[in-house]
Amino acid sequence: MKAILGVLAATLVAGAAAAQPVKLGELNSYKVFAAFLEPYKKGMELATGEINAAGGILGRPLEVVIRDDGGTPGDAVRVAEELLTREGVTALAGTFASNVGLAVADLAKQRKVLFIAAEPLTDKIVWDNGNRYTFRLRPSTYMQTAMLVPEAAKLAKQRWAIVYPNYEYGQSATAAFKKLLGERQAGVQFIAEQAPALGRIDAGAVVQALEEAKPDAIFSSLFGPDLAKFVREGNLRGLFKGRPVFNLLGGEPEYLDPLKDETPEGWVVTGYPWQSIQTPDHARFLAAYQAKFNDYPRLGSVVGYAAIHSFAAAAKKAGSLDTEKLVEAMKGLTLPSPFGPVTYRAIDHQSTMGAYVGRLALKDGKGVMVDWSFADGAGFLPADDVVLKLRPKE
Amino acid sequence: MTAAALASYLLTGLAGASSLFLVAAGLSLIFGVTRIVNFAHGSFFMLGLYLAATLVEAFGRTPLGFWGGVLLASAAVGVFGTIVEILILRRLYGAPELLQLLATFAVVLIVKDAALWLWGPEDVLGPRAPGLRGAVVIFGRAVPEYDLLLIALGPAVLGALWLLLARTRFGRLVRAATEDREMASALGVDQARLFTLVFALGSALAGLGGALQLPREPASLGLDLAIVADAFVVVVVGGLGSLPGAFLAALLIAELKALCIGLGVSKLTLVIEFLVMAIVLAIRPHGLLGRPEAAPRASAVDADGAGSTPPLAWILLGAACLLPLVLGGYPLVLAIDVLILALFAASLRWLVGPAGLVSFGHAAFFGLGAYAAGIATVKLGWPMAASLALAPVAAGIGAIAFSLVAVRLSGVYLAMLSLAFAQIVWSLAFQWDALTGGSNGLVGVWPSADVSGKPAYYLLTLAVVALAWLALRRFERGRLGHAIRAVRDSPLRAEAVGLDVSGLRRAALLVSGALAGLAGGLFAFSKGSLSPETLSIPRSVDGLVMVLLGGLASPFGPILGAGLFTWLQDEAARRVDFWRALVGLVILALVFFVPRGLAGFFGTHRR
Repeated sequence: MKAILGVLAATLVAGAAAAQPVKLGELNSYKVFAAFLEPYKKGMELATGEINAAGGILGRPLEVVIRDDGGTPGDAVRVAEELLTREGVTALAGTFASNVGLAVADLAKQRKVLFIAAEPLTDKIVWDNGNRYTFRLRPSTYMQTAMLVPEAAKLAKQRWAIVYPNYEYGQSATAAFKKLLGERQAGVQFIAEQAPALGRIDAGAVVQALEEAKPDAIFSSLFGPDLAKFVREGNLRGLFKGRPVFNLLGGEPEYLDPLKDETPEGWVVTGYPWQSIQTPDHARFLAAYQAKFNDYPRLGSVVGYAAIHSFAAAAKKAGSLDTEKLVEAMKGLTLPSPFGPVTYRAIDHQSTMGAYVGRLALKDGKGVMVDWSFADGAGFLPADDVVLKLRPKE
Repeated sequence: MTAAALASYLLTGLAGASSLFLVAAGLSLIFGVTRIVNFAHGSFFMLGLYLAATLVEAFGRTPLGFWGGVLLASAAVGVFGTIVEILILRRLYGAPELLQLLATFAVVLIVKDAALWLWGPEDVLGPRAPGLRGAVVIFGRAVPEYDLLLIALGPAVLGALWLLLARTRFGRLVRAATEDREMASALGVDQARLFTLVFALGSALAGLGGALQLPREPASLGLDLAIVADAFVVVVVGGLGSLPGAFLAALLIAELKALCIGLGVSKLTLVIEFLVMAIVLAIRPHGLLGRPEAAPRASAVDADGAGSTPPLAWILLGAACLLPLVLGGYPLVLAIDVLILALFAASLRWLVGPAGLVSFGHAAFFGLGAYAAGIATVKLGWPMAASLALAPVAAGIGAIAFSLVAVRLSGVYLAMLSLAFAQIVWSLAFQWDALTGGSNGLVGVWPSADVSGKPAYYLLTLAVVALAWLALRRFERGRLGHAIRAVRDSPLRAEAVGLDVSGLRRAALLVSGALAGLAGGLFAFSKGSLSPETLSIPRSVDGLVMVLLGGLASPFGPILGAGLFTWLQDEAARRVDFWRALVGLVILALVFFVPRGLAGFFGTHRR
């Protein structure tokens, strides 16, 4: 009888421990970048459900504690502190804007806690400001620009004009594009640059200035309202007639869908053609997402989904929730994603998640990507010795 | 640039000028008559654009559907503005100045979340205007037909408003109230009705400005604050209450922007309008066509400079010292934020209250301090104590530089000059990559090892903030402080009794700027990083909100205001999805029920 009671008690204790959830702290600018982050939140929800249905993390359920970081580094650091101290989360994930991502990455380094930067695009988060505790999921500004360069070089156009939002993302994209295209194509000229303030483009004058320069082709890294205004003015004023245009991120549903019948056909973009990806990985994700939310996924959905699965995979590989063990597990971690397998590189903590490169087309009054191909992130990173030079020593 | 190209840029600029004028006209009218600094004007614009997008989609893309939709959207925003005026602002005309500003800020928060709830997060791009879908060739360049319509519409609206003001009885009353509100009221003008009508007209104009942008830009959730800043600049550059002035200012700013882009210096568009405003105000303190404001008849605040520090304050300070013993972890993090923001708010409250110098750009000094500390630590490798000491010095130097122009100005013009100053400093931080890290900012600004733990950093912050607060209180109650208040209450009399008005205002700014900079330095070390956001408009606005929530009259106000606002945002953001709307509603409730601020509320109970 005593033995039976003992076993019973042990089971109860074990049961109670199993019910203790593993907490992952997620912070993001849900109000400031709502168009990207509402689908992102759904992606996280889907992943969390899948992980818990499959037995959770190390036998314990996963709980993602979501917080709004207010879109500023100062608030984000406070929110991260709250997640760490009050909620007692095992690791941090999330952030959107580069300045917020960098601030939280530095906090992660200071507090020695794993941080999976899901979304910020800045190259610095894994290179110049890289640290032991920070890993980044999305393909960076550099990688996505590099994905467009082979297509751009094929055209053999001499005179390029560039337009970009005037902050780090646009500046980095422009610098990377000039460098990479210059290396591939001798004698290429960059004859005009327009750098409107983020969200404040004077599209009419910008389009006119680009037209005056008479470029052979245009490279743009605009997105959101700036992109919509630029496209409409450019279409009206005939800027894009007979001129190839390359636009970073232009095929992401978040930015493409609002353009509707104004979608500029033929633009070469990076993005996410969710309607036409036929791989089993993606088909499974798409079906599950549509079944759960009765809506189609945006790129944010994929990022949120993969970010949560990254954490679960790292914990499984580490077999522990100890930060140092999680960090070691993240190095070289490979996991499946809707875009195929993704590996977090040990050398710089950048994942090899890719993006789709294709052309914009109009179908039933909506913008879609056609003639696309998948660009695996692993193929668009600088050589290892270059990366090592960029990254500070641990 | 060829002459044809130049002409073409100018044409594009004209369309921009019309758009700008349409938004600014309503703000100018509202301010001229009611003296309300209407932060929600950009929200009205945004609502106009969203409503027009929905209505035109519903009515169909025919000329009737399009123009019907645009006009109906404008009218609907006019009705919404009327409701805001009757339900909220009308109750506040007798309340302390600036309180309406706080109420309109609450409206901004509520409208922002309402728009997200109603229209979802995705941008909404409207159709092109039926009949004006193409472009015509002028000066050898394609010009959208819709631009030509806008170019005509700006002057047409100006003309219509001029006729309304010059030729109708309503217009005469509006002009009388703009000239002298009290006198108009004394002569039997029904103020409440006049204010409501003006507010309705101003809101409808903002809605029209938004709706007319339908073919030019998508409706998006970030429009409100961007637009209201633009509109303020135009109104102030033109001269408050002057519609032709606003038109002239819109023209000047839009053309300069187009030329910047044409000349290949597009990066300058980041800050050009604020540069223009600073230059115009330096030369003409009342804007291009504005007239000097009538001197205020009653002092803005009855600050209680007298009386000794109540024993309660010492007890609270003692309790605060013991806080790390009972509170660990997150509450301590929050307490550090509250202390830093309390110092920031205290420096602003001193400026706005006792010194009578309203600032819309106080973040400039906070950010200067933060950047000075950050740059000294990260770039120069200075020890923490030296970096922290540099923060108030750098911000003080900034305050002196600002005061060179600012001492000549007063009232809203001064407030707007401070906004321009903050935006210019912001753009420097944003652009000067090598020094400031550009838009990403600086990371790695951590405190030295002995105060790197949260309890230690809390005690350091508490000590610095308490000392600064006591010093400020001493200063406020000292000889200089009284002289500065004399200057506030009556510059003319102060000058007549031999006070150095400009010098005293400069001193007031210096003290306030240096303390805000000190807060900024503490902030940088508490977060480990900083970015241009420390200098941005929202931070200045947050400071004002804290000061007004706490109450201008008491030096305890900023502490209470910073505590409440920080705690409220933190709790709301954690508990509800639409937390901004909730914060807005709470602010409205406080405005109604505790109009003198928390300190005033507690104060009346004590007496």
